[in-house]
Amino acid sequence: MADLSTLFAGRIRCPNPFWLASGPPANCGDQVMRAFDAGWGGAVWKTLGEPIVNVSSRYSSVDLNGQRMMGLNNIELITDRPLDVNLREIGEVKKRYPHHAVIASLMVESRREAWHEIVRRSEDAGADGLELNFGCPHGMSERGMGSAVGQVPEYCAMITEWVKEVARTPVLVKLTPNITDIRRVARAARKGGADGLSAINTINSITGIDLDTFIPRPNVDGLSAHGGYCGPAVKPIALHMVQQIAVDPEVGLPVSGIGGISGWREAAEFLLLGCQSVQLCTAPMHWGFRIVEDMIDGLKNWMDEKGFRTVEDFRGLSLPRIQDWKDLNLNYKIVARIDPDTCIGCDLCYIACWDGAHQCIHIDGHASPESFAEASRRRIATTPIPKLDGVAENGSHKTPPERIPCVDEDECVGCNLCWLVCPVEDCISMERVETGLPAQSWEQRMGSKC
Amino acid sequence: MEASRCLFCFDAPCTAACPTHIDVPRFIKKIATGNLRGSALTILDSNLLGLSCSRVCPVDVLCEGACVMHRYNKQPIEIGRLQRAAMDWFYAHNPSLPVAPENRAKRVACIGAGPASLACAAELRRRGYPAVIFDRNPLPGGLNTYGIAEYKLRPPDSLKEVELVRSMGVEFRLGVEAFAKIEAIECEFDAIFLGIGLGPTRRLGIPGEDLPGFIDALRFIADYKTSSIPVGRRVVVIGAGNTAIDAATAAKRLGAQEIHIVYRRGEAEMPAFEYEYEIAKLDGIVFHWWTQVKRIHGSESVESIECARPDGTIFNLACDMVIPAIGQSRLVDFLARCRGVEVREGRVVINRETGQTENRKYFAGGDCVNGGREVVDAAADGKRAGIGIAQWLEADHG
Repeated sequence: MADLSTLFAGRIRCPNPFWLASGPPANCGDQVMRAFDAGWGGAVWKTLGEPIVNVSSRYSSVDLNGQRMMGLNNIELITDRPLDVNLREIGEVKKRYPHHAVIASLMVESRREAWHEIVRRSEDAGADGLELNFGCPHGMSERGMGSAVGQVPEYCAMITEWVKEVARTPVLVKLTPNITDIRRVARAARKGGADGLSAINTINSITGIDLDTFIPRPNVDGLSAHGGYCGPAVKPIALHMVQQIAVDPEVGLPVSGIGGISGWREAAEFLLLGCQSVQLCTAPMHWGFRIVEDMIDGLKNWMDEKGFRTVEDFRGLSLPRIQDWKDLNLNYKIVARIDPDTCIGCDLCYIACWDGAHQCIHIDGHASPESFAEASRRRIATTPIPKLDGVAENGSHKTPPERIPCVDEDECVGCNLCWLVCPVEDCISMERVETGLPAQSWEQRMGSKC
Repeated sequence: MEASRCLFCFDAPCTAACPTHIDVPRFIKKIATGNLRGSALTILDSNLLGLSCSRVCPVDVLCEGACVMHRYNKQPIEIGRLQRAAMDWFYAHNPSLPVAPENRAKRVACIGAGPASLACAAELRRRGYPAVIFDRNPLPGGLNTYGIAEYKLRPPDSLKEVELVRSMGVEFRLGVEAFAKIEAIECEFDAIFLGIGLGPTRRLGIPGEDLPGFIDALRFIADYKTSSIPVGRRVVVIGAGNTAIDAATAAKRLGAQEIHIVYRRGEAEMPAFEYEYEIAKLDGIVFHWWTQVKRIHGSESVESIECARPDGTIFNLACDMVIPAIGQSRLVDFLARCRGVEVREGRVVINRETGQTENRKYFAGGDCVNGGREVVDAAADGKRAGIGIAQWLEADHG
């Protein structure tokens, strides 16, 4: 059976790589203990720091076709509980769960003494590590904290240095995605002495506007403010940023991956891009701590199936598979093939190829979608009367051949669009065709012309 | 939720399967985006009787039966239910439809106030032609008001559609026997649409048909829906079409204790739709297959019905009410007075794309053309004829 036990940055041990991210699910000791009971390997405590006041409401979301909270936005600030209470509870949790990871997330004003003090007190309370919140993009950033720090590499390096002057435990810097090139801040964190990185924090967002009141969400007494976006929708952005810092030779730090993870599959993706642990917030906010059971079970079963004994066996395995575009093989060709036996005749691939791609899927006998639709209109111009016209009342459930599209393989550019829109599993397959040409990248092609 | 399950097929089979060719994916997509008015207008643009059709259409043999989901072993999109949602929203929010701004000089009479005429008259109003609907009944709507089982379509819903048509400027002349006034109508109007449907239930031609307690199924359903009617304790319905089932289930609702359906052929030949049959079985109705009715017994009123099986066995079913539902007769007499309108096997012969009859002034559609089919077929016929009449009046007639 696969072993999920994790050692982050060489010093933080936990039973598995699944951590609660700093946020509402890790707001108090009781929550964190219940999460550990459910199976979570670690928790990054809701950010400790300057006293704040929160507003109501705080969250808003984007739904997609009945799936609630595809994307979640929040304007909540850091913890609004007294520092003493949080620190005492961190101590209690550590006492009762010595083998789980408890990381203190920190954010104070940009003064060396303030940082020294919060670092000392957190470590004295028993935290296994520190996460510097340089990522929170709303509210706190207006006061010069959070992403206001994370957007300026020099500030990031300076404060990391201050923390490292006194820290005894590993220091992670949490990065904001609200920046042109995340690697610059990651490098600054490294320069400041960070032991690891957490990425990504939430993305600046306005989720939507109420079309009756014209007030954007979340509505705070008729006004709204931009918030931080997270949830399943942000995963592709997070994966890209994680990959960028994972392969940058000037960064070279362990990464705790965050952004759109809602189960073991997404967790595995972040681990395949080199993360040593992953953090979740939206998913436990949506479904509760219990989701971790399937995350552990699912990841272990997948690892067993693939023959991986530990996370280290596959961590970072996909990193070499991401290169620059100029390195891709221009002579690799695939084409779409439609299986007529499973095609249901929705013709979505046909119209997608015509309107949205390269006009290489055809319906026999028709020069364009317009001529196809026109022929249908003519065919149905009258209503058959079965007794008079001798037509069968019940059609069979087989796709009529005239609705099954076919691909012109010479014209097909292998773009994948038809395969992406096809609602039937395994009906369209993208298959390799031999070009007889050796692999050649753009760089090689341009080089050979010089 | 259900709306977002629709795949939005290109040149969708459900649209082809609908006799009125409602653009189904388009109206469903509009529901999904919250554009309910747009969705309703998309439906009504093709089918003015979208409300009643969403309740009475045999969707499993029409749009839902054609849904590509069947071929993926998935439940078809519940098109009927979605259409009902859009229609209910529409009728709850100031229902109105656009009409042409000006009135043209040529006028059209529509005989019969059923679905075919309503669809035809509305189509004419959209094109600016004044239209008058005649019906001998006091309430408009035809079989939608009088003839379809209460649980499927209540008279108030049928009348909502009538009101929509009225709001488009169509005049209704009710309680008028057009049959007797056809010459006057010919003089007053430039074109005539026959949406007269069919006549009363056919006679069986057996002894006892005139006894009290013997009541035509359509009369029975009409009375059930629009007034009060006594029901027998033990009821025998003759025939196994959808009207027979409607009559049997109506008798059940009225309190009959024992209901039999007697049909001259077998279960497999039964013309009623599968789901109608299921409802009848749930109501505890007893079916007698391969059973021929010989005579009705009774001294002052119906007392029993004598039946024969193919093997020659004769049996009596005690009953105090007999409801024949063996199909409607043709309105042959009426049609004979519409000079030049060709009638074949009791059906009006038309150009199927325009609804025009042999007498070019006459157009026709609905049951009197197709021999008795669904509301949606009549709606399609009416619409086509409306367009046909407008084109003919414009081109041929100035």
